[in-house]
Amino acid sequence: MIWTIARRELRALFMSPLAWSILAIIQLILAFLFLGHLDVYLQVQPRLALIPNAPGITEIIASPVLGNASVLLLLIVPMLSMRLISEERRNRTMTLLFSAPVSMTEIALGKYLGLVLFLLFVVAVTALMPLSLLVGGHLDFGMFAAGLIGLSLLLSAFAAIGLFVSAISPNPTIAGIGTFGILFLFWIADWSSSDSSGPTHRLLRYVSLVRHLEPFLRGVFNSADVAYFVLLSVVFLGLTIRRLDADRLGV
Amino acid sequence: MRDMPQVLAEVRSLRRQYGAVLALDDVSFSIRSGEVLGFLGPNGAGKTTAMQILTGNLAPTSGEVVVNGHDLLAEPKKAKQAMGYLPEQPPLYREHRVDEFLDYCAALRGIPRRERRAARERSKDRCGLKEVGARLIGNLSKGFQQRVGLAQAIIHAPPVIILDEPTVGLDPIQIREIRALIREFGKDRAVVLSTHILSEVEAVCDHVQIINKGRLVLSDTIANVLRRVRSNTLVVRFRTAPEIAALEKLQGVETVQPVDNGRLRIFHRADVDPTDGVVRLSAERDWGLQEISPEHGSLEQLFVQMTETVPTP
Repeated sequence: MIWTIARRELRALFMSPLAWSILAIIQLILAFLFLGHLDVYLQVQPRLALIPNAPGITEIIASPVLGNASVLLLLIVPMLSMRLISEERRNRTMTLLFSAPVSMTEIALGKYLGLVLFLLFVVAVTALMPLSLLVGGHLDFGMFAAGLIGLSLLLSAFAAIGLFVSAISPNPTIAGIGTFGILFLFWIADWSSSDSSGPTHRLLRYVSLVRHLEPFLRGVFNSADVAYFVLLSVVFLGLTIRRLDADRLGV
Repeated sequence: MRDMPQVLAEVRSLRRQYGAVLALDDVSFSIRSGEVLGFLGPNGAGKTTAMQILTGNLAPTSGEVVVNGHDLLAEPKKAKQAMGYLPEQPPLYREHRVDEFLDYCAALRGIPRRERRAARERSKDRCGLKEVGARLIGNLSKGFQQRVGLAQAIIHAPPVIILDEPTVGLDPIQIREIRALIREFGKDRAVVLSTHILSEVEAVCDHVQIINKGRLVLSDTIANVLRRVRSNTLVVRFRTAPEIAALEKLQGVETVQPVDNGRLRIFHRADVDPTDGVVRLSAERDWGLQEISPEHGSLEQLFVQMTETVPTP
């Protein structure tokens, strides 16, 4: 049942020009940035050759591209997630799901899975560009894989937050703006505090999405960071299910 | 009672509150197989709320719903499996093709992959959608969209079909077709039909329920209701204004109400026909009787009576 709903979500995405234009624009921007990183590498390469244990193309090109992708997707995920529930509610198609023999959990998970699969596709397409470097060089696969996993986890958390905001919003536009606001706040949570050792700052640092993505991009696979993203996703999925239940209760 | 058809859905003392507003108050009814139940009421009477609760789209404040032997709260999946619901606004994905959409609905209702195609074709066949399978739902006319909504509701061959105002916005020919379909479903299943169109109830239902301000004010078979309506009123018209008090004193007359165009409606007891009395009185007092007829069988006055005044049981 979850799979049925996820498949329809994916299909709806690919049937609309939105998904295609988003894929195209992501590729365009990332290609531009990728070439920029490549250029920098080519300039510093002669000097790097003299240093023992110098950073390779993974550090200088692949990881930064993934970092760029994460910022770009921060802007784009809200546009994809905003319609998940709010549009169905506005078009009154939610009734179809509510009167079918499916539970609220299945509805929420199905929609979530549909979006996550699309985002994984985006990650896969993004990965192709750094992989093209294999033609003339070597990638640190461990580091690159850690980066990809980190990006995927980050996007799953984005999707869960987007789904929840879509569930509480009366229309897709508000859901989009709301999701963007929340994601951005999570992103910049550690910017504000000037006192860098106080408990508030430590908490904000912990909450910040960037702090948990960075280790992955450096090639560090830390289970605490994995737990952070998984926990974030689970919490927002749980809230979505509760919100859908409240719909049925009519409160 | 072996010949009694099986009760397919039962609703017991349903209540639903929206804040301080009581949308449904102690509503109970049951539907048997082979029955078309007409749910009648003015706008805002609680029809849609009742349908939404019956289909599990809305939770009742209290009361219970049992469908095909499964409690909607305890076993929602089994109960929902036994129902097909066409809400007021058909839940259609405009960007899908008809076939695609129906396949999705079939999958949602847990029809195994191998049987989906057959289920889809059967349901398209019944709803007259054979030729539009490859078209986008958003491009179909309102009538066809309504039929897709119906096809969606019956694709898993549910024993209980719930239709909320299925003929709103259709042209007269489409209305006739949809009604014919509903009657056909009613042969071997239980159909609940909500509407505010009285002739629709007369045309397709076996059983009528009138709901007003959240309460059931009448529940009877259509035959009984029509008999009741037909034999209890006279419509009369005089050239000059008659004394209503004098008319009301006639034997068997209960009340006299003015209707449009100077006509009067005389409600009388079922066992006494006051026609002779009215004619005699008119001749004696020279009111100039122009028209007198037993009211044509229609649900309208009953409906008006039931929904305007507080009914006395």
